Amino acid sequence: MWRDHTNLSGVVEELTRIVPLEREKAGTSRRAFLKVGAAASAGLVVACFMPLGMRRALAEDVAKKPAQVPPNAFVRIAPDSSVTVLLKHSEMGQGVWTSIPMVVADELDCDWSKVRVEHAPAAPEYKHTVFGIQMTGGSTSTWESFAQLREAGATARALLVAAAMKKWNIDAASDIRTENGYVIHGDKKLSYGELAEAASKLPMPTNVALKKPEEFRLIGKPTRRLDSKAKVTGTAEFGIDVKRPNMLIATVARAPVFGAKVKSFDAAKAKAVAGVVDVVQVPSGVAVLGKHFWAAKQGRDALVIDWDLGDGAKISTEGLRADYRKLAQTKGAVAKTAGDVDAALKGGKVVEAEYEVPFLAHAPMEPENCTVEISKDGADIWTGTQFQTLDQGLSAQILGLKPEQVRVHTTFLGGGFGRRANPTCDYVTEAVQVAKASGKTVKVVWTREDDIHGGYYRPMWLSRVRATLGKDDKPAAWAQTIVGQSIIAGTPFAAAMIKDGVDATSVEGAADSPYLESVPAHRVDLHSPTSPISVLWWRSVGHSNTGFVVESFVDELAHAAKQDPLKYRQTLLPEKSRERLALDLAAEKFGWGKPLPKGHAAGIAVHQSFGSYVAQIAEVSVADKKITVHRVVCAIDCGPVVNPLTIEAQMQSGIAFGLGAALHSELTFKDGKVEQSNFHNYLVLRSNEMPKVEVHIVPSTDKMGGAGEPGTPPIAPAVANAVFAATGQRLRKLPLKLA
Amino acid sequence: MKLNVNGQEHEVDAPADMPLLWVLRDLIGLTGTKFGCGMAQCGACTVHADGVAMRSCITPAVALAGKKITTIEGIGKDGDHPVQRAWIEADVVQCGYCQSGQIMAAVALLKQKPQPTDADIDAAMSGNLCRCGTYQRIRTAVHRAAELTKIAAIAEEVQHVA
Repeated sequence: MWRDHTNLSGVVEELTRIVPLEREKAGTSRRAFLKVGAAASAGLVVACFMPLGMRRALAEDVAKKPAQVPPNAFVRIAPDSSVTVLLKHSEMGQGVWTSIPMVVADELDCDWSKVRVEHAPAAPEYKHTVFGIQMTGGSTSTWESFAQLREAGATARALLVAAAMKKWNIDAASDIRTENGYVIHGDKKLSYGELAEAASKLPMPTNVALKKPEEFRLIGKPTRRLDSKAKVTGTAEFGIDVKRPNMLIATVARAPVFGAKVKSFDAAKAKAVAGVVDVVQVPSGVAVLGKHFWAAKQGRDALVIDWDLGDGAKISTEGLRADYRKLAQTKGAVAKTAGDVDAALKGGKVVEAEYEVPFLAHAPMEPENCTVEISKDGADIWTGTQFQTLDQGLSAQILGLKPEQVRVHTTFLGGGFGRRANPTCDYVTEAVQVAKASGKTVKVVWTREDDIHGGYYRPMWLSRVRATLGKDDKPAAWAQTIVGQSIIAGTPFAAAMIKDGVDATSVEGAADSPYLESVPAHRVDLHSPTSPISVLWWRSVGHSNTGFVVESFVDELAHAAKQDPLKYRQTLLPEKSRERLALDLAAEKFGWGKPLPKGHAAGIAVHQSFGSYVAQIAEVSVADKKITVHRVVCAIDCGPVVNPLTIEAQMQSGIAFGLGAALHSELTFKDGKVEQSNFHNYLVLRSNEMPKVEVHIVPSTDKMGGAGEPGTPPIAPAVANAVFAATGQRLRKLPLKLA
Repeated sequence: MKLNVNGQEHEVDAPADMPLLWVLRDLIGLTGTKFGCGMAQCGACTVHADGVAMRSCITPAVALAGKKITTIEGIGKDGDHPVQRAWIEADVVQCGYCQSGQIMAAVALLKQKPQPTDADIDAAMSGNLCRCGTYQRIRTAVHRAAELTKIAAIAEEVQHVA
């Protein structure tokens, strides 16, 4: 769909050059980054990393805050010793507004109560150390920037210490210490605010010492959020709250089915609505601009549009299911294989199952929106986005500007879940088109119906899994065929993430399943049918399917082997593996095997995603075909933890998000139209359905993983497995519906 | 039409069918009250009319002339309302978008039931969606807010007596 809207060619080239490299390269790019920054910033800043482009990007901010010394791309220290952390990531609920400043502040040794946070502008300095563009996603924020931001904090601290030494006229730093925003030497002390300006004139230190983990004061300590007050007083600014002089509000009438085009439209009635100012056609449809949302909405309702529906009108869920089933009987592009699977499958009793998960909308609480103001020297964009670099690049293309002429102002995001990380930047580029076509400063606001009908869904996936059990009851052969649209195909990420016809995100969690390691003959293959339906990553991406499939199927194998589901997993997973650490901790905390209240049953699942290992045990009961989840015990090994409160919150959040999908959510198509439209028929988890969630963190010094997404995959299979334990019914389709 | 919002009179020029939500947000400029669904399904737009929680996204503003409307901006000074304090203590918020509505629902609940049970909370709050899944911490925070309200009442009484 997006290909019709925007020419991506320049951005595609740029991205394929810089996009996903392996995680290990993070160190290299970080060093290069520091070098460039230091060279360009000499004489101006307290600490490093501020090349020319950055100075331009920050010029406006600095002008507004003349009292503040702009020390570096990540930290500013003001004369009152307040420390402003410029957050390169987008705060969408996951807690980076707090956890990332904790990392900076710990190395800086500043006063935590004086830490302020701002979203950084879109600028090359804020690119993701692995993905190479400014973005927030893939549960990567903390680990991808941990070293970078520790270094930023430590560098600023080193400069402040050097400034103090100069003032006190001492040479050796050995008996100087820093504490809570002060540099201290014997009975002398100077505040960071007093030193900031002098520090800004010093040369960059070459080698700064980082703290040893045992010296951390903030990292690892439960720390409350810094954005709470703004969010409980209604003062936090989301994209939808942005106000600009002479701004109009627009709604857009978009294609009723995927791929439909406007043949003609009559705007007379729309223009007659009080408060409607203009009606313009844009590539995605017809926009109505009004003095307020209500006028724009009423005006849109009054539009008469003749659509050329095209092939999109033929799509139905039934039809897709039939096609997918047929495909699942054949071998697709092979993602992982070992041994002679086909022969091995003939050598015993085959356990076979088919699983299905539906299309899903992200449905963040804040509907999509974007404000655009075009001026003589460029354009300003205010929006909640996870993809600043792409928003900037694609908007610049539409407007015939250089990317740096497009200033992206990231607001708080009223939820992201992947919807605000769209390679096509659909809601941003559309707003740019509306502003361009109308010549007005405009905020395009989506309704909930627009959001539910607007595409970029979690793909529908169908999986066929077959296995045989050996004499030891362990799987001897395992064949898994996955059918579902590719999220990556056609995006700038394709060159890096699709290899030999396999979209890595379609098979993640299956092709790299730890269970396969001990299965002598195995194969995971993939069919990626295409359709006009636009698909996108939805919290945990491919894992939202594969976690359900693999953990349900292992449960089926345990049953076939007449073994306890926990013990069976323990025999398949190596004892020292991180999956086992999480699994064993969850089992211990839950009290697996101990009697449960009458009518209750437990189900278990463990799944690694985004570098974190999460086990969940769900306690459920079933009455009148209704599934009630009473309690979930969750254990996570995510490596070293920055803020335990964030980990707990993200596990609760991932579980709530995944449980809503497990119990309720689905989008279905009939004659090309999505049959659901709003929260009355696209159901998500409500508070009365929230189980008591207990989160336990595996103490770990292993590699750091993510937290935003890994809580989601295990909940659906844990609940489905518990339902099987309670009723004997094996539910293989989400949302779970009892016969 | 004249509207009384957070104790202030506002003269607004709005179409007769315009919901209060958009009058608050786009005409008066109070953006703390949020748009989530437009059909009273999510609770993000919850405000009080004469102290009673209602969904501003489906209620025409004209229907509220003469009533005292309270929004999230009007319930406390600088976040000092017991419910806001409890929310901060319990570290409830994530993306935060639904929280104005959650807090308005909780304030109304506590007015009716100063010591609510979990079931009371579920009954009063299940109309307020949160996609971040902060429900568990909300439950904790509502109980804490009940305590803080009680403590504040006792303190006031003590001061009065003294």
